[in-house]
Amino acid sequence: MELLRAQNVSKMFGGLKAVSDFDVYINKGELVGLIGPNGAGKTTAFNLLTGVYQPTTGSIDFDGKSLVGLKPYEITQRGIARTFQNIRLFSELSVIDNVKIAHHSHVKYGVMESVFRLGRYFNEEAEIEHEAIELLKIFKLDDKKDEIAKNLPYGAQRRLEIARALAAKPKLLLLDEPAAGMNPQETQELMQMIRWIREEFGLTVLLIEHDMSLVMGICERIYVLEYGSVIARGTPQEIKNDPEVIRAYLGGEAIN
Amino acid sequence: MEFTEQFVQQLINGISLGSIYALIALGYTMVYGIIKLINFAHGDIYMVGAYIGFFAISVAHLSIVPALIVSMVVTGILGMLVEKLAYKPLRNAPRISILITAIGVSFFLEYVSMYFVTPQPRTFPNVMESTAYQLGAFVINGQQLLIFVITCILMVLLTYIVQYTKVGKAMRAVSFDTETAQLMGIDANRIISVTFGIGSALAAAGGVLVGVYYNSIDPLMGIMPGLKAFVAAVLGGIGSIPGAMAGGVILGVIEALVSGFISSTFRDAAAFGILILVLLFKPSGLFGKNTREKV
Amino acid sequence: MNRLRMQDMKILVASLVLFGILMALLGGGVLGAFWEFNLILLGINIIMSVSLNLINGYTGQFSLGHAGFMAIGAYMSAVLTTNFQVPFLGALIAGGLAAMLLGLLIGLPTLRLRGDYLAIATLGLGEIIRITIMNIQYVGGAAGFMGIPHKTTFTWVFFVMLFVLFFVKNFINSSHGRACIAVRENEIAAEAMGINTTKYKVMAFAIGAGFAGVAGGLFAHCFYIINPTSFTFMASFNYLIMVVLGGLGSITGSIAGAVVLTGVSAALADLPEFRMIIFSLVLILLMFYRPQGLFGYMEAADMKWIKRLKGGRK
Repeated sequence: MELLRAQNVSKMFGGLKAVSDFDVYINKGELVGLIGPNGAGKTTAFNLLTGVYQPTTGSIDFDGKSLVGLKPYEITQRGIARTFQNIRLFSELSVIDNVKIAHHSHVKYGVMESVFRLGRYFNEEAEIEHEAIELLKIFKLDDKKDEIAKNLPYGAQRRLEIARALAAKPKLLLLDEPAAGMNPQETQELMQMIRWIREEFGLTVLLIEHDMSLVMGICERIYVLEYGSVIARGTPQEIKNDPEVIRAYLGGEAIN
Repeated sequence: MEFTEQFVQQLINGISLGSIYALIALGYTMVYGIIKLINFAHGDIYMVGAYIGFFAISVAHLSIVPALIVSMVVTGILGMLVEKLAYKPLRNAPRISILITAIGVSFFLEYVSMYFVTPQPRTFPNVMESTAYQLGAFVINGQQLLIFVITCILMVLLTYIVQYTKVGKAMRAVSFDTETAQLMGIDANRIISVTFGIGSALAAAGGVLVGVYYNSIDPLMGIMPGLKAFVAAVLGGIGSIPGAMAGGVILGVIEALVSGFISSTFRDAAAFGILILVLLFKPSGLFGKNTREKV
Repeated sequence: MNRLRMQDMKILVASLVLFGILMALLGGGVLGAFWEFNLILLGINIIMSVSLNLINGYTGQFSLGHAGFMAIGAYMSAVLTTNFQVPFLGALIAGGLAAMLLGLLIGLPTLRLRGDYLAIATLGLGEIIRITIMNIQYVGGAAGFMGIPHKTTFTWVFFVMLFVLFFVKNFINSSHGRACIAVRENEIAAEAMGINTTKYKVMAFAIGAGFAGVAGGLFAHCFYIINPTSFTFMASFNYLIMVVLGGLGSITGSIAGAVVLTGVSAALADLPEFRMIIFSLVLILLMFYRPQGLFGYMEAADMKWIKRLKGGRK
């Protein structure tokens, strides 16, 4: 069952064509990778899918409905959450507050109820706290829940970003270079974590990555971007041996 | 035709007024272009310039041009001092900190001045004949002509410096990309100092000319013109030198027209109204460019 | 009764005790008219600084026109009581609503702007409000509006202030408050987490404006006459200093900032220039050495020594 389809999407900035002929589909439950050399337009693609940029041409449909013209927060409310290439945590806030904030779009009590502290406020706040802690436990961050986010070690910050994205209860999770700056062991743990949360939360995952071991290790299908266009698509095996991909990345040698 | 006469008369008044705004606006725009700071204290630099001119003329008995030069030099140095003491240490602080510091410097200059020269307005001594020249039905008086001539000279000088000298080239480089300019061997700190100096000198010239034209100066005289000159800089495109010149003159003309044709009590609101309109519809101003934040 | 409600009760009781003490001191003549006036002014300043903090501190929107909203509330409520004999509470609420409405109208278009641009836009708008009032003959124009009944008492100010403080405190400690803070921290990330940032920026702006309007109403009824010169951007800067001094993002801070500023102003009332010189130096030094202000992002309850006083429960 198809969850996301981007068809004929392109994005122009003035005269610069950042993305063109972007044709991508993702089925429910899949784990798909988006790779390509630096500057290929991968993050731009994410920004298009999450409403940060509006496509110049093309259509983007999620769960049967179009996303074009929607604001980023509306798209998140429809069920797409993301992490960022350069970590964008709420750095001065505590770890648990970071997660609680992502829960916001599911909160039912209104401003007046929170000010006058009526019934629903207390119940929902307790629920938010509980769910946040559960989520932090998964990412082994619960013992640090009151720490200020900017004081966390780098790897923990990246995990927190993912935890926060999950708190938004998405159907589709977009991860932008989740393994950036991680050592091989951390990357392995991340791979297991991504597989696990996909199962546990019934997610569909699209990830951008440069780390080939991660991409080849967990992605079921891969799209390769170069200069803003898709130059190859297929299973990891197919991509590994695709001459276009090899040329784009290495100009000759096979990917190992 | 009375309307056209009034119109052209106000136009002339507006150009004089606008020239002053332009001189002050240049300081704002150059400083913003180079370190992205709205120097709230700039209007008070203009005020100090007026007072230095005042003392140069009334105490040292200099004539107008030497007084102008003295004021420009001294105020230029003051501007550089302010930058060195108050803004440089905060170069890497969050923007709101340095903005608030600028507000603090502004208050400081105002009230220290008030302490020394008392809040009473001072009358600027007469330095030139109040001759009025008749151009058909319109009147230009000598002071307006003086303002116009001196402003033109200063602007030409500034354009020459910015476009054709090494310092000017360095200024343009630093305002475009500070880090790379430093990598190219430019001493960014020195250039920033120079920018403050030039901007302050121009504001001082404006102050002295205003003293000559309106005859009255007081320690709080910099607040309104400072704000309006900032609006002018935004109108022209903040960071753009031709923009500041154009913005200043346009603002002056609009203000004169509003004052002449609608009501003089609304003249101040005209500037702020323009500000809001520009910010809402074309924040980059007439000559400015848009910058995007990378996601 | 749960923990949060207990906390609220404790704060309420402590406040009532404080009120009782102050009333006794005022009534018994220990604190004279000078004190009464300044305590009233302090209360109004606290409302102004906390409401400004909601906009500048918690939501990170740099607003420099807060006095404009105060002016709207002041004039609206004054006209209602003086010309239409509206009861005081009604006039205060009307003033607040008028200011809030204007906050909404102004907020919607201008909150698209960022940082410096928003600052000067709000400065400009504050001035436009003031100049417009100055040109309306019905409210006295530049000469001011006269004949305002003296309705503001310490009791009124104290309880309105208490309401505002509770309102803001509870707002901040809810998901809506957290949304505002997220906007301040990282607007792009906040949008990505599903928060309608424009809605919350406008909401904070409108609420802040509304309370400034109420404060304006209280201010107006302290005096027989009000005029536009009480509401210039100098006044806006005054409130900004209170917020920055106390700490953007801390209610305790805003109270502290208001206390310090009102106190120093009162103490140096005879030396206005000296006072401003001190303020300006304090402001500059603060930005150099402690830009987060006295309390930073923390509330009094968060401070370690208070936690220790409470007996180290957790």
